[in-house]
Amino acid sequence: MRNRQLARAPVSPETFEPRIVAFFCNWCTYLAADLAGTSRMKHAPNVRVVRLMCSGRLDPQFVLDAFAQGADGVLIGGCHPGDCHYQEGNYKTLRRYHLLKRLLQQMGIEEERCRLEWISAAEGDRVRSTINDMVEKVRALGPLHFNVEREDIEEEVTV
Amino acid sequence: MAKPKVAFYWCASCGGCEETVVDLAEAILDVAAAVDIVFWPVALDFKRKDVEAMDDRSLAVTFLNGAIRTSEQEEMAHLLRKRSGLLVAFGSCSHLGGIPGLANLFDRESILKTVYLNAPSDVNPGKTVPAMHYCDNGHALELPHFQSSVKTLDQVVEVDYYVPGCPPTPRILKKAVQTLLGADLPPKGTVLAPGAALCEECPRQDSKPEKLAIAEFRRPTQIVADEQTCLLAQGLLCMGPATRAGCEALCVNGNMPCTGCCGPTSRVQDQGAKILSCMASLIESKDDAGIDRALDAIPDPVGTFYRYGLPGSMLRQKRSNGVQVSK
Repeated sequence: MRNRQLARAPVSPETFEPRIVAFFCNWCTYLAADLAGTSRMKHAPNVRVVRLMCSGRLDPQFVLDAFAQGADGVLIGGCHPGDCHYQEGNYKTLRRYHLLKRLLQQMGIEEERCRLEWISAAEGDRVRSTINDMVEKVRALGPLHFNVEREDIEEEVTV
Repeated sequence: MAKPKVAFYWCASCGGCEETVVDLAEAILDVAAAVDIVFWPVALDFKRKDVEAMDDRSLAVTFLNGAIRTSEQEEMAHLLRKRSGLLVAFGSCSHLGGIPGLANLFDRESILKTVYLNAPSDVNPGKTVPAMHYCDNGHALELPHFQSSVKTLDQVVEVDYYVPGCPPTPRILKKAVQTLLGADLPPKGTVLAPGAALCEECPRQDSKPEKLAIAEFRRPTQIVADEQTCLLAQGLLCMGPATRAGCEALCVNGNMPCTGCCGPTSRVQDQGAKILSCMASLIESKDDAGIDRALDAIPDPVGTFYRYGLPGSMLRQKRSNGVQVSK
């Protein structure tokens, strides 16, 4: 039987700590995150980073799966336009991101929960500020709770 | 030797899947010669109590079409699961949720309001809406519960095999029946259709350019599509690249783009995400404004990319702002 794995129990707004899954490309944003680390910059600890060879490798399924399994936000980091190690990968990401945002909005997921940023290998500070900013925005939105099964309501519907 | 017993049942569906059985034409005689159809509400007069009187696993195969929306459908799914050796999710609705699954974009209240009170075609001066319990002159009537979401069959009971399509073509059904009656059963959970994408069996495959770049998406009503050229190359949203093969490109042969009814290919979990990925990356523009302009031609991404599979997708249903309770 196909049932959703519940990754996380519902949390109350008071104890809520946003969980953000970040997908960083190997050549720019991941190096920038590395730079932020070696430069001892501090940022919010709410982000779990997944390294991809290219932001263009980001299958929209990864984003939907993250939300479905309990992420409150998804951050995508890639090289600046024109700087892609594979020339065109980040343009594909950009196009998919625009369409994905429209789809997420239809599914009731707020725009701020899925964010795309171009961060080059030299921009360690941009990693810090982007993460901090996103964590605060998602904290303000509250838990997403997409992974929580809805109860089959047995009472009458009143309209 | 007694012939294997077979049942057909329908839940939230339109009846098109039943039509497939009839569309077997003369091949239905072969099916009838090989099996005993003992329960088929759309065609034969057997009732639920007849199924209740059967022994567990006495039905060799049950083909169940339709999604699960009401408590009665869920009960029948459980009952038929118990009585059947093999349970087959038949057609898009029981496989992935189907067209009725798009109701997962709305909550129960707004569905009832729209259907019974607000639709322009409504004539309902008494503002009557279906009630679970109703009493008139001492006669109590009960209706099934209208549940909070549309579910695929396998979200309710164990499913052995899936037959895709809206509806499955007679050829897919015939092959599925042959497979199920044969000696070598495929592994449990198999979708009984080819695993590759529709483009693989599309007659226009050769006209699909090596590199596609779409400046503007078009709808079938906006152009007269050339009958030989790949529909994607003509700017039409053809779901072929992310849809399972098996239908022999029926829609494309009718000069209409594939709408994705056979669900994801064998290596993909979420068909909508995959087709979204494909369509978006074909856009020619490289800047925000140009991309947005191209995307404006897809006003309803969920309805387009999950037309037959929202309940079976990763997100399953629109997020509700109401109470969500963990099970």
